[in-house]
Amino acid sequence: MFVTLFGISVIIFVLLRVVPGNIVDILFDAAGFVDPADKANLEKELGLSQPIIVQYFNWISGLLRGDLGYSYVSEKPALQEILPRIPITAKLAGLALLFSTSIGIPLGIISAVHQGTRLDYTLRVVSLSGLSLPSFWLGLLILMASVSMFGTMPIFNPNPKTWTEAFAIYAVPALAVGFRFAALTMRITRSSMLEILRQDYIRTARAKGASETSVNYHHALKNAMLPVITVIGIEAAFLIGGLIVTETVFNIPGIARFLVEALRWRDYPIVQNLVMFIAVVVVFTNFVVDLLYAAIDPRIRFGD
Amino acid sequence: MAVVNYDSELRRAGAHATHGWRRLGFLAQRYVLGTFGLIIMVLFVWTALSADLISRYDPLTVDSAHRLAPPSWAHWLGTDSFGRDVWARIIHGARISLAVGIGSTTLGATLGVIVGLASGYLSGWVDLVFQRITDILQSLPLLVLALVMTAALGPSLPNVIIAIAIPLIPTVSRVIRANTLALREQPFVEAAKSIGMSETRIAVRHVLPNTLAPLIVLATAQLGSTILTEASLSFLGLGIPEPYPSWGRMLSESAAEYVRTAPWLVIFPGVAISLAVFGSNLFGDALRDILDPRQRG
Repeated sequence: MFVTLFGISVIIFVLLRVVPGNIVDILFDAAGFVDPADKANLEKELGLSQPIIVQYFNWISGLLRGDLGYSYVSEKPALQEILPRIPITAKLAGLALLFSTSIGIPLGIISAVHQGTRLDYTLRVVSLSGLSLPSFWLGLLILMASVSMFGTMPIFNPNPKTWTEAFAIYAVPALAVGFRFAALTMRITRSSMLEILRQDYIRTARAKGASETSVNYHHALKNAMLPVITVIGIEAAFLIGGLIVTETVFNIPGIARFLVEALRWRDYPIVQNLVMFIAVVVVFTNFVVDLLYAAIDPRIRFGD
Repeated sequence: MAVVNYDSELRRAGAHATHGWRRLGFLAQRYVLGTFGLIIMVLFVWTALSADLISRYDPLTVDSAHRLAPPSWAHWLGTDSFGRDVWARIIHGARISLAVGIGSTTLGATLGVIVGLASGYLSGWVDLVFQRITDILQSLPLLVLALVMTAALGPSLPNVIIAIAIPLIPTVSRVIRANTLALREQPFVEAAKSIGMSETRIAVRHVLPNTLAPLIVLATAQLGSTILTEASLSFLGLGIPEPYPSWGRMLSESAAEYVRTAPWLVIFPGVAISLAVFGSNLFGDALRDILDPRQRG
C-alpha cells in the first residue's frame, strides 16, 4: 500500500517537472517581454530553482506534516483550496453510486434470470449503449433538455436553501455519471449471476423442488453478489474519471474540475496533491473492499 | 420421450459451417449484434480512410459569412462558430479517433505483452518489479493518468496516443502474465525445453501464440475506451489541439454556450463518438464470445 503511494508520488512529481515551461513561463509569456531577472526571482520565490530532489523532499515532508504548500495561482494554502471542494465531489460520487447500484443490480438480475429472452437482449443493448455514451455528452444533452423544457439550466449553488434544491443540484449530474456506471454494474451482475446459476448446487435446489423465486433470489443471489461488490468497490474509486468531465459540463466546483484547471495553469502544488489524494482514495477503497470481501465470504480468511 | 432431430440440432450448432465463408455466414447469423458492430466499425474505418472523398468542404476552412448556420442542403449538419462545415469536421474527426484508437491500443497492447510475458516467464525479481509498477499505474483512474501525461507531454496527436497507451499496459500485462504462468506448466513447454530450445524462443514461439485469443479480446474491448478517453481529453482542452477536428474538441467549443442557440453543434459530434464506441463494444462482445467462450456471459 505505502510502496504504491510512494511510487505514485514519484511518478507524478517527475511527470510534472519534465514539462517544458512552468507557471513562471506561462505568466511571463502573457506579459510579453520581461526582465529575465524578475523571472529568476519569481522562480526562486516559488522554489522552482532548487534541484528536483530537494523539491520532492520538501513536498513529501510537508505532506506528512499536513502542509501542502501554496497554490501558485491563488497564492492561498493548497489545503484551503482543496478541502472545501472534497465534500462536493464526495456527495456527487455517493449519489452516482447510489443511482447506479440501485438501477444496475436489479436490472442485471432480471437480465440473467431471463437469459436469452427479448427482455435480456434489450437490457444488454441498453447497458452497452450506456457504456458507449460519453458522460460529458450525456450531461450536455441533459442541459439541452432542461433548457427546452424549463427554459433554464440547473446552476450550481453552494448553499442550497431547501432539500429539494440540494437534491436537484446534485442529482442531475450524478445521473449523468451514474448511467455509465449503472451499465457496468448491470453487466457484472448479469455475468456473475449466470455463472452461479450454472452451478451444481443450484441444480440440486431445483431438483429438491425449490421454487424458481427461491432458487434465484435465495440460493443464487447471495453468492452472485460477491464479485459484484468487489467490482463496485474498485470502480467506485474510478468514478472520479467520469466526474472530471461531468463537473466541467455542469460547472460544479468540485475537486475533479479543479484538477483540470490546475493542470491548465501548471499549478503544481494543487495538481500533485490532488492526484495524491485521488490515489489515496483508490488505494484505501481497494483495501476496504478486500476486508469487506473477507467479512462477507466465509471461504476467504486472511492469514490462512 | 423427447424426439431429437439430430440434423436440425447439428445445423443449429453450426456443424455444417466449419470454415470459410459458410463459417462467417453462420457466425453472422448467430451474433447479430456483433455483426451490427462490425458493420459500424467497417463504416467508421472506411469514413476515416476516404474522408476527403466523402465531404465537399474542407474541415479547416473558415467561412465567416456562414457562421452557426443550421443544418441545410448546403451544410448537412450545419456550421460551427467559425463557419466550418460540421459534417466535414465529423468525417475528418473519424481519422483522429481511429488513429488514437488503433494507435494507443496497439502501443499499449504491445508494451503490455512484453511486460506480461517477461513477468510471467522470467518470474523472480523481474516479475516483482513489474508487478509493483503495474500496481502503481492501476491505482490511478485512466483519465487522471492520461490527463497528467498529456499536460506533461504537451497536446499533440502522438502525445495523446502515448498518454492513453501507458495506462492500458497494466490491464494487458496482467492478463498475459496470468496466461503465461498457466502455460509455463503445460507439457508442450516442457517438451520444448527437453529438446533444448532457448527460453526466449519458447516464450515467443510457443507461449505467446497461445495468449493471442485473450489478447485480441482485450484489445477490442479497450478500443472503445481509448476512443472515449481521447474524446474526454480533447473535450477538457488537453487533447488534440486546435484546429484539428477531434470529436471531443468539437463538443468543448460548443459546450454549454451553444446548448441554447446551436444544438446541432452539441448533438452530432456526440452521436459520432457514441456510435464508434458502441460499434466497437458490440463487436468486442461478440469476439469475446467466439474466441473466449469461458467468459461468455
